[in-house]
Amino acid sequence: MIINHPLLGPRDAQEFVYLGDASLIGRPDGMTEGAVDAFHDYLYLRDNPAGEHRELWYHEQGDRSWLVVTRNTVTHEVVSVEIARDVARKMGRSK
Amino acid sequence: MPEHRLKSLTPLGHDKPKTTTHGPITITEIVDVALASLAIRRDQAKAFTMAATAIGIPLPEPGHYKANSTYRAFWLGPEQWMVEAPFASHEDIVAVLRPAFGATASITEQTDAWVRFDVVGSDLPTMFERLCAFDLRRHGSGSSTRTMIEHLGCYIVIHSDEKFSVIGPRSSAHSIDHALLTAAKSAF
Repeated sequence: MIINHPLLGPRDAQEFVYLGDASLIGRPDGMTEGAVDAFHDYLYLRDNPAGEHRELWYHEQGDRSWLVVTRNTVTHEVVSVEIARDVARKMGRSK
Repeated sequence: MPEHRLKSLTPLGHDKPKTTTHGPITITEIVDVALASLAIRRDQAKAFTMAATAIGIPLPEPGHYKANSTYRAFWLGPEQWMVEAPFASHEDIVAVLRPAFGATASITEQTDAWVRFDVVGSDLPTMFERLCAFDLRRHGSGSSTRTMIEHLGCYIVIHSDEKFSVIGPRSSAHSIDHALLTAAKSAF
């Protein structure tokens, strides 16, 4: 599999490690009301789509950036690759 | 103060850098380079770039390498570079860079963490395609990247079609040397 790194271009998938669903970026605030339930959902509940899936990948043997890879789990097509930091900032995170 | 007459050892453990030749390939251990990593601190990008320009450190684009008369640099990751300077004049490289950058950058001395081999010869991609997954034929001179050689994370700098540098962990200097020579023997 080839992952098209947004900064470095096409790179072999063996340079990357996989973390999991990209929803892991949205870590709940542990100090708010209902934090226990929010953390339960954050830790244990995942969608398991047959189709497009957003995933976190780490370029461990490259520039060590975190990426959000949108991949089709049926066809294995890589639809888009973004820098995870940019995705998190778009969601309103400060860093 | 006592006078020490200690001899420094090269990464491969000799008193002089090692050079190996196989066919058209020459592999040379390089020891006259001081290294430091430079990272922009948060919200300091503008001041950092001005400081780098003032002291003459090039800041290459992602996946690239750039040199000027004193400093050479390659890209490590977003907002992060490795700077090379002559060891003779920059042995304590952080002390030289710190006044220029002040609080705009995080600077870490890297000189003794790495071993650098310069590989010179013709048709180098034939040798390197046996070593790493990085597609060298797609990337010309001035490219630089980190990739895996054997099991080691190494930087590859392409100076020209006939000269590459491999910068890898110093504690694995012998393994890298062996991997390079094995690939050269396999290719030529």
